[in-house]
Amino acid sequence: MMFSPTPRKLAALAIILVLLAVPFWAAASGSNYVVTFASRIVIYAMVCVSLQSIVGQAGLVSFGHSLYFGLGGYVVALASFHLGEGIPLLGWSGSNEALVVWPLAMAVCAFAALIFGALSLRTTGVYFIMITLAFAQMVFFIFVGLKFYGGTDGLPLNARNLFAGQRIVDPVTFYGICVACLGLVMLFCWRLSRSRFGLVLRGAAASERRTLSLGFPVYAYRLAACVMAGAMGGLAGALWANLNRFVSPDMLSWLRSGEFLVIIVLGGLSSPFGPIVGAAAVLIIESVLSGWTDRWEVIFGPFIVLVALFAPNGLWGLLRSRRS
Amino acid sequence: MQLFFEQSLNGLQFSLTLFLLAAGLTLVFGIMDVINLAHGSLYMVGAYAGALVAQRFGSFWIALPAALIVTALVGMLLERVIMRHLYGRDHLAQVLATFGLILFFNGFVTWVAGRSPLLMDIPPQLGGYIEIIPGVPYPMYRLMIIVLGIAVALGLWWLVAATRIGMLIRASSERREIVSALGMDVTKIFALVFALGAILAGLAGVVIGPIRSVQIGMGEQVLITAFVVIVVGGIGSIRGAFIGSLLIGMCDTLGRAYAPLFFKTQFSGQVADGLGATTASFLIYLLMALVLIVRPRGLFPSGR
Amino acid sequence: MTAMLELRGVTKSFAGLRANNNVSLTVDRHECHAVIGPNGAGKSTLVAQIAGELAPDEGRVLFETDDVTGWSVPRRARWGLARSFQMTELLKGMTAEDNVALAIQARRGHSFRFFRNALRDRSLREPARAALETIGLGDKADIRIEELSHGERRQVELAIALAAEPKLMLLDEPMAGLGSGEAARMIDILTALKGRMTILFVEHDMAAVFALADRISVLVAGAVICTGTPDMVRADAAVQAAYLGNDEDI
Repeated sequence: MMFSPTPRKLAALAIILVLLAVPFWAAASGSNYVVTFASRIVIYAMVCVSLQSIVGQAGLVSFGHSLYFGLGGYVVALASFHLGEGIPLLGWSGSNEALVVWPLAMAVCAFAALIFGALSLRTTGVYFIMITLAFAQMVFFIFVGLKFYGGTDGLPLNARNLFAGQRIVDPVTFYGICVACLGLVMLFCWRLSRSRFGLVLRGAAASERRTLSLGFPVYAYRLAACVMAGAMGGLAGALWANLNRFVSPDMLSWLRSGEFLVIIVLGGLSSPFGPIVGAAAVLIIESVLSGWTDRWEVIFGPFIVLVALFAPNGLWGLLRSRRS
Repeated sequence: MQLFFEQSLNGLQFSLTLFLLAAGLTLVFGIMDVINLAHGSLYMVGAYAGALVAQRFGSFWIALPAALIVTALVGMLLERVIMRHLYGRDHLAQVLATFGLILFFNGFVTWVAGRSPLLMDIPPQLGGYIEIIPGVPYPMYRLMIIVLGIAVALGLWWLVAATRIGMLIRASSERREIVSALGMDVTKIFALVFALGAILAGLAGVVIGPIRSVQIGMGEQVLITAFVVIVVGGIGSIRGAFIGSLLIGMCDTLGRAYAPLFFKTQFSGQVADGLGATTASFLIYLLMALVLIVRPRGLFPSGR
Repeated sequence: MTAMLELRGVTKSFAGLRANNNVSLTVDRHECHAVIGPNGAGKSTLVAQIAGELAPDEGRVLFETDDVTGWSVPRRARWGLARSFQMTELLKGMTAEDNVALAIQARRGHSFRFFRNALRDRSLREPARAALETIGLGDKADIRIEELSHGERRQVELAIALAAEPKLMLLDEPMAGLGSGEAARMIDILTALKGRMTILFVEHDMAAVFALADRISVLVAGAVICTGTPDMVRADAAVQAAYLGNDEDI
């Protein structure tokens, strides 16, 4: 296939190049700040790509995606905590191996998404928004109440997870792992959106009644989408816990769920590159504003309002694809 | 037994405060089809306006009407400048815009009043205790909140069920075209309903000020609880909001009182406290999940 | 003749009002059966119960020999029921071909496929295009639904129903809102299907009903007052009486 440069393809290429250039930039600047900040953007982009797969594609506005982000983080932290303290958890001694605990975080989140999704999907529209919010809040309070694991104060990790037995000390290596995970998640979501499964989800978002009457059990498709999004959100949470070597109920906060929604709308709902743009924009704006004034919300809040009112297609939507 | 009565009254007081918020939320959603996350911010604005005025003039009785006027004005301004553009938009845009408003209000109030919580005194006339049930002295101020809540509930019921405005409100929630055809301005009705919701939220904020600390973020927690209330009750239904408030308020208050006691009989002190607090805080969500399993559109689903 | 669809004493009430009262009717294999009746006669309620969107209070719905009364909407569709909607219910934001391709995908199964690109899947795209060509919309396949005219959208509705290769087609007012040229075309398309398909359709357009139907059932106030050939129905005194007050419909 010939490469025909549309603005979107060029932008995607530019994003990939920037992501790959970060380590060199960091080496040139001699500070780890850039690479750590870029890791935050990459992880945020990952959790937002997973949220986008249900909000953008399936039309299900989940206001509780921080649940999976936080839960994934806590799985990693608890596995490490129990290993460190020498207290088995349900007969398991815990683990520090990324290749064990990251898939475990994904599995736990997938299971949680199965339960919460099964309940939430009984409703639609505004009920769905409120219920996903309420369930995330419920899990938030559970971890606030678990004083054994630090409660509100959170739980530090002694060290980053081992990756195939190797320690990840170098921030650039960790950044590389994050980028690789983001790449896989994006590839998966992109293929998903064009698969038969993705078409059914889009169809159900456009007209549930029509899709049902064609013979698709819409509920099952949506539930499967929620489970996949939950698992990917959990992976992002596991990486976040590793990046900061710390988890706290703040990861589960409803403000974070709101922030994720802001990112996907600001970035644009139509492409997996949207969340990268959105995550970069939001994190940079937040960091610049909060460095400038501690009342940064007074500026950031109205900015979000303006985005909601005037830019429904987001930044990615500003780039015209050739066809339309 | 004494504990039970006292906690039941506390539960009732919490329920009725919740109802003040849930009623506004459910009306705004039921009539305008707008989900307003910033409703909790109006509650916070009411509490702050009350606390600041009370500090300045030293009287709750000046603070109360002042807070109502402030929230009404803020609500009207909000409706005019932003909410009006959200009618007919998709829920995602509404969630986003009103989420932005929460951040704005939190930042703005911090700017005006600082980060540290404000304290508000209980008015001296209501500072005492009263024995409505012999042997159970109960704070008069909390009793006043209960009475006020019941009065507002009755007033709302009367407004919606028996007045011309209520008739128009009900009609515009179902058939906008009919109301327009009657020569009524739907925009005005929407503005009116939004202002009413704002006043109720402000009222809840100012009366709760003296018994809880007035601080940034106070609106969000109660907003989420109010969401649980209207999901349980059925969105758009005043009756649902009332019953839902009672269920959730009672469940929450009694859960907080009794869950730790229950776990103390089973486990040692610290573990029991932790388990108790955890259980208490997710009881209402459990109740919501149960209601949804049986009735996905809440206990009293409205026509929409 | 075997019946493809049979309703036995179907009754449905809303808030005490009987929308359908003891409705019984059969649609035989390869029959084209029309349901007519004045507004408010309970036609939409009947369609919803055949499609599975509403459950009857009493009575049974049978597809061939299967009692489907408790079946969900998608299960009935997978059995072989295809329907069109009175108010066009298409997937906005997608092309006409996407809309039809989804129907073919439903027919072929295997939709829990996460990786293969369905947008370039020939086994979906070719039959979709073929279905649109049968209906005379081959040149509009790549146009988005919201850019098609009302008449074209009605035709896409029909193409979707056809693409599913159904055992039974349930058409809810296929003529609704069509101009006279479009209506004539729709009648041609349906005439071409007659004798090959089992069709139950609800319709207000009497010209279409009498041109197409093998048998007609007349629904008045929730009950079937008459079922028979077009000539029998035309001559029926009860039908005339029922329609006299509503002659704008006939």
